Amino acid sequence: MPVPIDIAKVARLARLALTSEEMERYGAQLGAILEHAASLQALDIEGVPPTAHPLPMLNALRPDEVEETLDREEVLGQAPDREGPYFRVPPFMEEA
Amino acid sequence: MGYEAVIGVETHVEVATRSKMFCGCPNGFGAEPNTHICPVCLGLPGALPVPNVRAIEATVSLGLALGAEIAPRSVFHRKNYFYADLPKNYQISQFDLPLCRGGHLDVETETGVRRVGLTRVHLEEDTGKSTHLGESGRIRAAEAVLLDFNRSGVPLMEVVSEPDLRSPEEARAYAAELRALIVALGISEARLEEGQMRFDANVSVRPEGSMALGTKVEIKNMNSLRSLQRALAFEVERQTPLLEAGREVEQETRHWDEAAGVTRAGRSKEESSDYRYFPEPDLVPVTLEAALLERLRSALPELPAARRARYRALGLEPDAARLISEGEGYGDLLDAAVAAGAEARAAALWLSGEVTAHLRRVGMSLASTPLTGAHLAELDALVAAGRLSATAAKEVLAGVLAGEGAPEEVAARRDLIQISDEGVLAAAVAEVLAAHPDELARLRAGEQRLVGFLVGKVMQTTGGKADPRRVSEAIRRAAQ
Amino acid sequence: MNGDPADLTIAAAAAAMCAGELSAAALLDAVRRRAAATEAQLHAYLTLDFEGAEQAAAAADAALARGEDLGPLAGIPVAVKDNMCTRGMETTCGSRILSGYHPPYDATAVARLRAAGAVLIGKTNMDEFAMGSSTENSAYGPTRNPWDPERVPGGSSGGSAAVVAAGSALGALGSDTGGSIRQPASLCGVVGFKPTYGLVSRYGLVAFASSLDQIGPFTRTVADAATLFEAVAGHDPSDATSYRGPVPEVRSTLEAGPAGLRVGVVAELAGEGNEPAVLAAFTRTLEALQGAGAEVRELSLPSMSYALDAYYLIAPAECSANLARFDGVRYGLRLPGDTVEEMMAASRRDGFGPEVTRRILLGTYALSAGYYEAFYGRAQKVRTRVIEDFARAYREVDVLVTPTSPTTAFRIGERTDDPLAMYLADVGTIPCNLGGGPGISVPVGLDGQGLPIGFQVLAPPLGEAVLLRAARAVEALAGFSARPAPATSGVG
Ligand SMILES: [Mg+2]
Ligand SMILES: [Zn+2]
Repeated sequence: MPVPIDIAKVARLARLALTSEEMERYGAQLGAILEHAASLQALDIEGVPPTAHPLPMLNALRPDEVEETLDREEVLGQAPDREGPYFRVPPFMEEA
Repeated sequence: MGYEAVIGVETHVEVATRSKMFCGCPNGFGAEPNTHICPVCLGLPGALPVPNVRAIEATVSLGLALGAEIAPRSVFHRKNYFYADLPKNYQISQFDLPLCRGGHLDVETETGVRRVGLTRVHLEEDTGKSTHLGESGRIRAAEAVLLDFNRSGVPLMEVVSEPDLRSPEEARAYAAELRALIVALGISEARLEEGQMRFDANVSVRPEGSMALGTKVEIKNMNSLRSLQRALAFEVERQTPLLEAGREVEQETRHWDEAAGVTRAGRSKEESSDYRYFPEPDLVPVTLEAALLERLRSALPELPAARRARYRALGLEPDAARLISEGEGYGDLLDAAVAAGAEARAAALWLSGEVTAHLRRVGMSLASTPLTGAHLAELDALVAAGRLSATAAKEVLAGVLAGEGAPEEVAARRDLIQISDEGVLAAAVAEVLAAHPDELARLRAGEQRLVGFLVGKVMQTTGGKADPRRVSEAIRRAAQ
Repeated sequence: MNGDPADLTIAAAAAAMCAGELSAAALLDAVRRRAAATEAQLHAYLTLDFEGAEQAAAAADAALARGEDLGPLAGIPVAVKDNMCTRGMETTCGSRILSGYHPPYDATAVARLRAAGAVLIGKTNMDEFAMGSSTENSAYGPTRNPWDPERVPGGSSGGSAAVVAAGSALGALGSDTGGSIRQPASLCGVVGFKPTYGLVSRYGLVAFASSLDQIGPFTRTVADAATLFEAVAGHDPSDATSYRGPVPEVRSTLEAGPAGLRVGVVAELAGEGNEPAVLAAFTRTLEALQGAGAEVRELSLPSMSYALDAYYLIAPAECSANLARFDGVRYGLRLPGDTVEEMMAASRRDGFGPEVTRRILLGTYALSAGYYEAFYGRAQKVRTRVIEDFARAYREVDVLVTPTSPTTAFRIGERTDDPLAMYLADVGTIPCNLGGGPGISVPVGLDGQGLPIGFQVLAPPLGEAVLLRAARAVEALAGFSARPAPATSGVG
């Protein structure tokens, strides 16, 4: 059975302005994929630790040293909108 | 029926590293906008984070100082939320495996020492800064927002307390004590006015004596000890009448509006946050070896509470002990002065009085003056030996602070040394008495006010370099 | 010299340059002519930079004239998948959201190619953000298979596979998250090699799924794959997941042959799910290996049946966060909006294609409150099982083998309406990414329609030496030397 999904909430969390037609389509596709993924529930994984990373590595850290920074003009040159030395965006809807 | 507050505080502190948390950009306040940026802290496609070892060590040091349990294995997580000043739209933070867990901080309050439990200390990254253009920079009235990513990726330590605080005053005292500890450990200068230390708080109110917890409200955006206390006080006063009237407090996040002195509900509270934490796949776990922990433990400096206790044992008043312990560089200077032979209380008085006033006047830090502990000891000795009057000592200290040299040198150059030779003093007194036989006779007859007249004469003949106290004693002796 | 230099292997071209029979400029010219002849039809490149390439070739020629030993890649024209950052050269990841984006830095792998004297000629087409198995998900139109332009080249690194097959580059870099190097290599009849996770720095590789992504080479021979691998592999302090030990030494055993090699056939992946022609070629190769002294046996790895589902939760989950940065604030596409939230949502809605949108939604869902344990958490535990199964198998055999792809190249448009069917194309390649070990696809024959068939070899993490030795043996035994039909030339 396809898994029912609150696709509007998922789209909001993912910051995607989907039309209702798109939401319906994606919702159905996701339901089918998740139905397939339900096979995982059949596997006995009691007590199995999760793997976040294929190779066991530890402590990949860097010394506290200053390195070169980027050229501001090169970076701001890629910005969709800027004002002087700043990136410029429309106003925020919510407070921080 | 009385009500009491139940408060927990979340403190964010920027760690004073040279470089940022996950990249080599300089970590510093006040640079030109968007100059401390690189692919990593700007969230450019393809960039990868690498954690700063110094930030991790600083966090562990705080954990050790707080008696926390240091995680044998710690993991960074991604905390996912969209925000324009968060370049990757996720914050690298910690979730179920923070660097430090538990521990406590003892806080002195009016009702005695309160032991405040700590939930955790973890490490994360700061966001960029947004400036809201339009009506006096207010968010809702803004017409556009300007973004500066210099602060993006600065290491941010988060210290979460248990809900062990019972009043806004206690919360403030806790925050102040935590700040003192962080400064003492060299983790951060914790300058509140530069946003290096910021507070969020959870607060609920319940009938006194009740063990149940009320509905808690989260307050965000407090940037000073004062605003932390004010915001909590506002919130307690807002919640208490609701409960008294038998109404419910709504569980929500509110924002402190410093200018208006009120907390306000967020606009979109129905959209409860779902941060979708998961282990940051670009990073690998951090393990802290016993040897490293031992090195960090043995490198811990004397903590503020211990220092205050030591100064009180030296005879300092509680307020002075706190000031000297927490003022930047004060404690070290006092220790050096005492080591050089100064009397602790006298040296502390100089520090809290003249020195502090001077620093305030010139807007400098203690470290930037030439004053040493030896100077304070020398000054103390000059006053104790009667060679310097209290007034002259102030002048000498000002000279020392101005870089004119050691106290003795300054006093000599400014000709402020008092006559300390008993013979010279006695001769001056004898000379004046001989010149004023009538006044001496009247004094002997009981006219005490003539002491002042005669002391004045001696001061005149000595050019003000005699110690008036000793002159007056000598005149009284002669009159007997 | 005989023939078109564009058809040379890297080793042969390097030898010809060393011998003074070929200049880097002449080689570049041959590749440029080939690209001119094929690109209008194949659309394998998104960006071509012959100006920059000429400078690099001239530098190689000048160094050659001075008698410097430049190493095996000097003057060799190579292409790079468009998800690797190239300073000042457009990098789109096949997405509209990055149209016109010029990174201010080079990916580590790109920088190492440049340092090795390779001539970077352009950026290859790909499924948007490496999500797909056909290169049809590119916002800039699909790439076509050089063997049959009606068919897909595979994906997501379809452009890199196609340029090497077509001769419009002698080698190329791709990225492999669930088979994105090996599957297109199989469908295009070239060698595609995914090294052990962490051996090639991911710094500057635009992330799809961070714990699975790995850069690797496309070449015409196994030896050339080793050459490109050696140029780009090795620790990079800018990538915290980069392996800190030495890169496995692969040269000395490359020609050691199959005798004594213990080869395990993965029962779950070598059966009826494969097309008959694919299975026939696979079996033929196994028999040849056995005949040459390899010890072949069948092994069961039960978790393989669950790997696909685990992958399609883990990869989307990671991608949902990795792609959050594309928000119209600092770079890339921006649509208007009254608030920054609306601007972001509109930009992302228009900037991402359907497959990327689908995976972002899937991953967001799999991580969201209440579902994490059932989906993402569970998938991570299945991943542990996959790793355990591999470890158990590698106690008994040196390498594992499967068909790379259950089918040969399919027709353009054939699977675009059925995401699940498309996902199933990766069933044989995905377990390797979950396990972290290296994998390689070697062409071993053609099916009845003249479409290439790939043979996949897998080895334990850091088992590159035995992997390439086995792959080289397969290559030698199969004797595959077919090239795409010249039909590609001159068609526009
Ligand atoms: Mg935090
Ligand atoms: Zn940076």
